Amino acid sequence: MRWKTPLLISSLFSLVLWVSCRDDPYKQGRILYQNFCASCHMDDGTGLQGVIPPLAHADYVAQNQGKLACIIRYGMEGEVVVNDTIYNQEMAGIPQLTDFEITNIINYINHSWGNDYNYMQYADVKKALEECKP
Amino acid sequence: MYKWFLFLLPLLFVATSCQEPASLPVLSKEQTPEGETVYKTIPDFKFVDQDSQFVTPGTFAGKAYVADFFFTSCPTICPIMAKNMLQLYEHYENEDQLLFLSHTIDPLRDTVEHLKTYAQNLGVTDQRWRFVTGHKDSLYAIADDYFNIVVEDATLPDGFDHSGRFVLVDQDGYIRAYCNGTNKEAVTAFQKDIENLLHEMENATTDQ
Repeated sequence: MRWKTPLLISSLFSLVLWVSCRDDPYKQGRILYQNFCASCHMDDGTGLQGVIPPLAHADYVAQNQGKLACIIRYGMEGEVVVNDTIYNQEMAGIPQLTDFEITNIINYINHSWGNDYNYMQYADVKKALEECKP
Repeated sequence: MYKWFLFLLPLLFVATSCQEPASLPVLSKEQTPEGETVYKTIPDFKFVDQDSQFVTPGTFAGKAYVADFFFTSCPTICPIMAKNMLQLYEHYENEDQLLFLSHTIDPLRDTVEHLKTYAQNLGVTDQRWRFVTGHKDSLYAIADDYFNIVVEDATLPDGFDHSGRFVLVDQDGYIRAYCNGTNKEAVTAFQKDIENLLHEMENATTDQ
């Protein structure tokens, strides 16, 4: 009889978790993206043609997962080719974001708008940011 | 007998109340101390565009145009404004009665060359959309005339405070409509105002 209560509690907990996460699995990342990234890269990740690269179905994002954390924190400048288009507009970094917040943003980008890239580990983000520290 | 009448009355009401959309009112106006309404046109200006051409009210004589204020390095509202303006620009590809005018409010960084690069990157290679620069004072002053408020504010993230409005100016230089250029729905509704004005301009020429 003792198992009934823990079972009930864990089922309820799982239910709550499932209900809150199923439509919005990267909620933290989404909120951060909308506050820090969407004004330029747009809510739908399409950017601004010729000026700001897209993140949705972007080959650069798919092929440069290891660089994303540093780009988010420190920005980037110079030419970059995304989906056969050359972009050359400086991106300002967002220094106030924590390693954890950057991880969440990357995971949101990796799993939005039809993107289906890997799950970015916090440990990898932390390591990358250590290495590109100016 | 009465039943027919009851049926016809609402139909009659609907038939007589459906009219053509009202003409856009002139929005650029002010009241004199005596209480009279004076309609104002956009004052004279002389700016330089991305192809080093002078742009003055004469550039738009006889044509309507949509104006806004931006700067190329602005990370907040400018990209979405450019995106929405670009959509209008592409939609009206074959409309020779409508032009587009974007003023920079950061003439120090937005040189003619920089504006040209920006325009080219966006895919603007014709003369329908002018990106202009000039003296900061003149740009800021005329922004006031377009209803936009441009005030330098060092506390803001991009250093400038400005309204993201799109303003529709008619062939005589009067402001006829405006909208929030950062809001897609507002710009879609604004497009109806543009259609209204273009229709008015078309009819004006055929009535002669």
